[in-house]
Amino acid sequence: MSVNGKPKLAMYWAAACGGCEISVLNIGEHILTVDEVFDLAFFPCIADFKTVDVRGYPDGYIDVCLFNGAIRNSENEEMARLLRKKSKILVAYGSCAYEGCIPALANLTSKEATLETVFLNNPTIDNPDRVLPQPAYSVPEGELEIPEFYHTVKALDQVVDVDYYIPGCPPEPHQVWAVLQVVVAALLDGAPLPPKGSIVGAGDVAVCEECPLEKREKTITRFYRPYEITPQPGLCLLEQGLVCLGPATRSGCGALCPQVGMGCRGCYGPLPGVEDQGAKMLSAIASVIDAGEAGMEEAELDRVIEEAVATIPDPAGTFYRFSMAHSILRRANDSQSDKV
Amino acid sequence: MTESFEPVIVGFLCNWCSYRAADLAGTARIHYAPNMRPIRVMCSGRVDPQFVLKALREGADGVMIAGCHPGECHYVNGNIKTLRRYHLLKRMLKQLGVEEERVQLVWASASEGKQLAEAVDRMTEQLRALGPLRWPERVLGEDGRGANGHEAFVSAIEPREEVAA
Repeated sequence: MSVNGKPKLAMYWAAACGGCEISVLNIGEHILTVDEVFDLAFFPCIADFKTVDVRGYPDGYIDVCLFNGAIRNSENEEMARLLRKKSKILVAYGSCAYEGCIPALANLTSKEATLETVFLNNPTIDNPDRVLPQPAYSVPEGELEIPEFYHTVKALDQVVDVDYYIPGCPPEPHQVWAVLQVVVAALLDGAPLPPKGSIVGAGDVAVCEECPLEKREKTITRFYRPYEITPQPGLCLLEQGLVCLGPATRSGCGALCPQVGMGCRGCYGPLPGVEDQGAKMLSAIASVIDAGEAGMEEAELDRVIEEAVATIPDPAGTFYRFSMAHSILRRANDSQSDKV
Repeated sequence: MTESFEPVIVGFLCNWCSYRAADLAGTARIHYAPNMRPIRVMCSGRVDPQFVLKALREGADGVMIAGCHPGECHYVNGNIKTLRRYHLLKRMLKQLGVEEERVQLVWASASEGKQLAEAVDRMTEQLRALGPLRWPERVLGEDGRGANGHEAFVSAIEPREEVAA
């Protein structure tokens, strides 16, 4: 704790979009309480701190560090290690730090393919000399270096020890505030903290439990993409053929997306005890497929089911949208073994 | 390496049909490839896709799921549930770069010991032609099972003892 007795708060972004920072600021007037209770030690989004400041802190100087973003390159990893060392409590904040999120979808392809798309092949790219970023480059003034781009995107806990996880893309403000209250009570009044490794700021049932849409246990013969149909209000989206990952996703958000006609994307991560969210989602989605009449020929049965699953254009990207880094297989096999 | 390569197939066999088919293949002294490691499950519908992924992740070269023919499930429609998941899983595994032959669904009734033995022979040959999967080493670049973060996640979902940072 610092001279003024206030606990130190840090927040840092690795491979992230910045939405997590906004979600903290989105707690409304409670942000004033946060300011009252904490001293900011590092928070590049809203205050001018440099990495060198953090390096100068004694180990464990920061009381709580909210780390958001996946580990995409060597700079992300270096910052994760530095902040782990300087923080008493390191929180994987948001889906990227918790389980890889959108950045980790790049694990479905290779580092080379990602760089080629971004720097050479995107329609808006004009790169006639086909310049790709190099980790080191010599100029007359000396050697320049940029961080190394990794082959596989990792979650924070695949690089450093993590104390708590706050799921969500981004975490919901009321959940963020609930967690901050627990932390404040612990730091100021010595109230107990949840056990290390806990997933905080979320429920422990499926999103469906929070979802008011009516389920009728109806099966379907095909899936639709969101632009193809307008869902009937008040009815379960999955039963209308819209992929909704509510059955295999942890609650805590209040089922916001399904209530406005957009199927759950799965950002709160797997349910307690589930190792691989994508596999569970796959099972849940498969369970609404209509397998036709009993007594159908085996070949006909195969055809009916194959046709139904073929209406999901990107199963891996859909089911692992947020959890690729934490999935059992972790990445796609691109037959380039020595490039992790 | 490939000359001596013996693929490892993890086989999930349903208690009521396919496991009995394997039993029959044994008592009938049918010779077939010894590459499948059978695991008895009460129903092919019990095979969570996580089991399949885990087998591949931990070194299996292929996974066989075997159950009763559609319409003959001991639990009425457990195998239909398997079939729906299987078709979706197959599409997803393709995106993950797992060759189609590595995960197969076989229907074998209790009297079809011969058919099950043939399926194991066929799959063994297909996998031998494909070569080893060796996911931890070839895909994740790990020498073994340590330091991959996967274990870290498993321990993360169970609350752990407080350890000094």
